[in-house]
Amino acid sequence: MADRFAINRLPGFTAIAVLAFLALYIPIITLVFFSFNAGKTVMGWDGFSLQWYAVAWGNLAVQEAAWRSVVIAFWATLISTTVATMAALGTTRRRPFKGQTAVYVAINQPLMVPEIVTAVALLIVFAWVKVQTGYQGLGYLILAHSAFCIPFAYLPIRARLEGMDLSLETAAADLYATPWQTFRRVTLPLLAPGIVAGAMLAFITSLDDVVITEFVKSAGQDTLPTYMLGQLRRGVTPEVNAISTALLGLTVVILTAFFLLTRERR
Amino acid sequence: MSPAEEAVLQRSDRNGWLLVAPALVVLGLAAILPLLVMLVYSFLAPGDFGNVKWEFSTDGWVSILFQRDIFDGTLSLADAHLTIFWRSLWLSTVTTLLAFLIGFPTAWFIATRPARQRPIWLFLVTLPFWTNLLIRTFAILEVIRSEGLINTALIRMGIIETPIQMLYTDGAVLLGMAYVYLPLMVLPLYAAIDRFDMRMLEAAYDLYASRWMALRRIVLPIVKPGVVAGSILVFVPSLGAYVTPRVLGGGKNMMIGNFIELQFGQGRNWPLGAALSMTLLIIVTIALLFYVRAANRPRSDHG
Amino acid sequence: MKRTLTALALLFAANPALAEGTLQLFNWGDYTSPELLAKFEKETGIKVTVTDYDSNDTALAKVEAGGAGFDLVVPSANYVPIWIEKGLVQELDLSKLPHHANIAPEWMNVDYDPGRKYSIPWQWGTTGVAVNKSVYAGDVNTSAIWLDPPEELKGKINVTPEMNDVVALATMYVGGEPCTEDTEVLKKARDALLAAKPYWMSMDYGMEDKMATNDVPASVYWNGAILRARLKNPDIVYGYPKEGFVVWMDQVMLLKDAKNVEEAYKFLDFIMVPENAAMISAFARYANGISGTEPFMPDDMKDAPELVIPAELKDAGHFIPTCSPKAQEYITAIWTELQK
Repeated sequence: MADRFAINRLPGFTAIAVLAFLALYIPIITLVFFSFNAGKTVMGWDGFSLQWYAVAWGNLAVQEAAWRSVVIAFWATLISTTVATMAALGTTRRRPFKGQTAVYVAINQPLMVPEIVTAVALLIVFAWVKVQTGYQGLGYLILAHSAFCIPFAYLPIRARLEGMDLSLETAAADLYATPWQTFRRVTLPLLAPGIVAGAMLAFITSLDDVVITEFVKSAGQDTLPTYMLGQLRRGVTPEVNAISTALLGLTVVILTAFFLLTRERR
Repeated sequence: MSPAEEAVLQRSDRNGWLLVAPALVVLGLAAILPLLVMLVYSFLAPGDFGNVKWEFSTDGWVSILFQRDIFDGTLSLADAHLTIFWRSLWLSTVTTLLAFLIGFPTAWFIATRPARQRPIWLFLVTLPFWTNLLIRTFAILEVIRSEGLINTALIRMGIIETPIQMLYTDGAVLLGMAYVYLPLMVLPLYAAIDRFDMRMLEAAYDLYASRWMALRRIVLPIVKPGVVAGSILVFVPSLGAYVTPRVLGGGKNMMIGNFIELQFGQGRNWPLGAALSMTLLIIVTIALLFYVRAANRPRSDHG
Repeated sequence: MKRTLTALALLFAANPALAEGTLQLFNWGDYTSPELLAKFEKETGIKVTVTDYDSNDTALAKVEAGGAGFDLVVPSANYVPIWIEKGLVQELDLSKLPHHANIAPEWMNVDYDPGRKYSIPWQWGTTGVAVNKSVYAGDVNTSAIWLDPPEELKGKINVTPEMNDVVALATMYVGGEPCTEDTEVLKKARDALLAAKPYWMSMDYGMEDKMATNDVPASVYWNGAILRARLKNPDIVYGYPKEGFVVWMDQVMLLKDAKNVEEAYKFLDFIMVPENAAMISAFARYANGISGTEPFMPDDMKDAPELVIPAELKDAGHFIPTCSPKAQEYITAIWTELQK
């Protein structure tokens, strides 16, 4: 075996992974491509034009919707990842406590129930609260999104925690580290890949939600997906492609900057 | 178990409930309370124009399994409901398998990059999902339709003469679903593979294990929690999926998600919708508990 | 970072729904012309916020639950009586609507709101069939296109996944009335649908593009979208099934718990001015119910065959009435069997 020393190479895996990345990006390239379409559709090329960027730039409603989606996803990710990390620490690597199965089922419950059911029920519950308190802000959407994002954050973190080596934490405890120090300096860094994976899943899950948002939103609270819903029926225009492309571009720029900055510091 | 380990465990024991409490509060308000509302609704009578009438009725539950023939009034087994349930289960199962077959090598690939590169690769997997599901699905449609990217390329290269009909086929739906749910499989798998100690593979090869054997006997058992998490995250949400089946599959047949939505929409039968979703919840929960038990059992031999 | 968080916190707390001089319009997605709103804001200083919905039932459920803060809603004709009966909308004070007389005579005394005391027309259209004549050149004014398809179209037909429209078209094709409770007729309609389904390619939306590119050569669809498709591909013809086609209208209604009532009246009056009504039509490509809009309509919409119903087929057009719960149950059962 020539690559005997590349012990982590498994036959065909790299090929499949490269193909998977290609497949992931072909539609995205198409999407970006059609944001420059001169025609009114996302099917059939009619020549190059920046008109859809102009349209999107002039359409405050859709910009606000895009921004609102990001804000909700930000808060929902923060809340759900925090509580999910705590819950994962509380339910793994320990003797199961009484009722732990019930907790496990409860945490995964948002996954099991079709969205429309949660949506209708939340509509009824939240509408009552809205009438009683007069508060109609984004809090309802953030709470609802936080709840259904919890399993998406919890499962990767738990997968990371399960069977994670206890010896380092034990060593820390032996060296008289306080539980908090042990957690902060030992457990958390070990857990980080799981938390990052969970947070990313929570973020994209929140960003894509339509049904629950549609039922919970108050006046003037459209998100990009609920705005898009109307276009499912009446035909998609490249306007949303333009917005998505701008959002993608912005994300890539911010993260590249972040990556370069943190590298400098090293 | 050393006394120190015991101490760590006991500490977390005390804190167990405290740690899960915040999650339970959020879930209680926005997931479990609504579920109780729906449980109540499933035992009420449908309102004339949507909503419910506040009178007790078990019709919602009865009509899951039995339907009254609208023409002669006889009660018979609701084969339409069963067909829809079965189709959704089948689609979700195949989607999960497909996502695993593609997702495992991808996650492995990411986890075996140099440490500083891994966040970039992870980010590259999630980036496509920052765009809206609908836009993403339409982009796939543009790639596979008769005059789309693939067909045009194949015809230009002279491989085929007439376009292959890919849109509105089962294959299109499955590939589209696997695409849509891929990160839900890759990220938990990555989190599990990442802590896998590659020296164990080395040891296996030293003992003349084949790569396939090493994969099956050493890697898979250890990353199993990731496989469990990923499968759940793909399987359950794809049960309720309907945008992808409609746009890529043509939407001639309903998924369980559409069917429940119909009851809360034009079907105007909220109790049936509520009862159907309770049934789905029960089936999936039981399946999940079995799956998690079965998946966890062999772990004791290794731990 | 701190500044970003402050900005986020501000957005989190901001509650623009209740500001002065604003109006909350709850309308179908992608249905409100931004130019119309800009003109209204310029003339009155009132800022209109549009929130989207995608089905009559969602809109109804949300407003019925309460607390969402909307002022105006735009239900379809067959839902108007439900909104009135449930007490969710208020009767209009016609003295505050000087342009009320602009409503076209044929749209003034509609069955579901005689004298237009509750609802102001937004747009109306039809659900018929569209065919690419390069694929099939025969008669298109018939539901046989999709229920008993000619050889050329077999396996190439799309049917829009709109339950009420599709079942109504099939019911009329077998000689019944929409919303019928006659089980003999319903049985025939069901059998016709089930027999035709193997010849369909899909049940999907988005036909404006797919018909224009000829990915789909025939479809049951809405006239406005087909008009847009025909402007891109002149081979597309729209047919009005002589056995019966569906006529629908969406209209604006004032909610009972509206907070911006004065602003709402100004908007309702504004959209009855012909020039403004024409702007609504120019955006979504459907006709409006206001007299005297012709001079303001875009050129490609004047005399468009998709908008002008041929005189000899006018009688075949039917409004879907508000179906009784019983009839609705039949429709749902047929639909479930069709899509199972």
